[in-house]
Amino acid sequence: MQFRLTGLTTAALGAGALLPNTAAAQTMDLSIELPRIRVAEYHKPYVAVWLEKEGQPARTLSVWYDVDKRGGEGTKWLHDVRQWWRASGRTMGFPADGISGATRAPGVQKQRLVAGKGGMPALTPGQYTLVVEAAREVGGREVVRLPFAWNGSSVTATAKGASELGAVSFTLKR
Amino acid sequence: MKFAKPLFALAAVSALVAPAAIAHRMWLLPSSTVVSGTDNWVTVDAAVSNDLFYFDHRPLGAIPTITQPDGAEGKAEHHNVGQFRATFDVHLTQQGTYRIAVVNQGVFGRYTLNGETKMLPRGTTKAQLATAIPAGATDVQTSEMVARNEIFVTQGAPTNTVFKPTGEGIELVPVTHPNDLVANEPATFQFLLDGKPASGLYVTTILGGGRYRAAPKQMDQRTDASGKVTIKWPEAGMYWINVTPNAPRPEGEGEGPRPQAQAGAQARAPRPEGAPQGMRGVPSGRRVSYTTTLEVLAP
Repeated sequence: MQFRLTGLTTAALGAGALLPNTAAAQTMDLSIELPRIRVAEYHKPYVAVWLEKEGQPARTLSVWYDVDKRGGEGTKWLHDVRQWWRASGRTMGFPADGISGATRAPGVQKQRLVAGKGGMPALTPGQYTLVVEAAREVGGREVVRLPFAWNGSSVTATAKGASELGAVSFTLKR
Repeated sequence: MKFAKPLFALAAVSALVAPAAIAHRMWLLPSSTVVSGTDNWVTVDAAVSNDLFYFDHRPLGAIPTITQPDGAEGKAEHHNVGQFRATFDVHLTQQGTYRIAVVNQGVFGRYTLNGETKMLPRGTTKAQLATAIPAGATDVQTSEMVARNEIFVTQGAPTNTVFKPTGEGIELVPVTHPNDLVANEPATFQFLLDGKPASGLYVTTILGGGRYRAAPKQMDQRTDASGKVTIKWPEAGMYWINVTPNAPRPEGEGEGPRPQAQAGAQARAPRPEGAPQGMRGVPSGRRVSYTTTLEVLAP
């Protein structure tokens, strides 16, 4: 079956009786470590999480930024999360329902993503890459990529950043 | 296309930079080329200098023409002409790609009437040429110039409305969008001359920041049979691109009007068919050029 990362398909899948979906929704437990960086001027990083599949448009799962700033001011620096902005962000509207979130403090940050909710699609088996990018004001930027094969039941992937990101891992289950 | 502003621009540029600026490079340098959000400003430095992008010679004082993503004309705000550079701001309120352009277009020349040599008034257009030169004029020497200098800024996702060709001079048609450039990906652009793909154009690409390195980091290429050129960026940065039908001089193509004798020898852009040298009402020479500044981002 050809996989399409569109909201329409997600909706169709949700409504379809033939395909497994909401009854046993795919759940991704994501763990992103934001290292404590001892600098005079520290700002919590903007972080974007997205899913890539060859031949498909990238799909944003989560963006942490200054979502509450007055007049949408926080969106002004979204383009600094550069790879994500080009892959997906620039075609989106903000705030994005179920995708936008506030910036997070240093430490291990957990997030649960459920297929069919927010930006998380129901995945068909195949090769994917989960990408996490962090960009910090008056700081650096780093991208961590986690390629994985989804077999329809369970997968775990782990990677580690060197500067703006610590350990990044996820478990995807159905 | 409206000519009112470019003509004014032409006069302004001629007054400000000619003849000293000949053989210098004209450039527009935006503060950002890729922005997010719905309400942003970009500021632009406009100058003429040898080294890119250092304003150390003359300002480029022409009022630019702004084209918004929806095709409507925008406004250059806070325009200021200083000793070495001009600056202006553009308020981005639409989503998509903006064009900020300085187009120098017009006819230059001279003729002899009753033993007296006269210059064509500044701002003469090709259409006015027949009436601008009085009957009985001899030794008519005229040259047309279309020098296009434009930059692009995108708020949100890139769009293509501002790339609709006018059919005059050299124009850029994106294969790769000029606001979608990353250092590790080659970019392809097509160049048109008077609306048609132009092969063999000289494309000079120079990385800015030359003051702090010994090598100029310049690439010299020609457009292929379909008018296309593919540029491999050596690194991220601001690049100055200049496109001419003739081989550029080492310092880069000057943008100011040149005496007819030089222009005739250098400009090999096609002349209107069947136009003999110096015929009244038809420019005998032609200079066309295209200049842009492109920002290439790090991956």
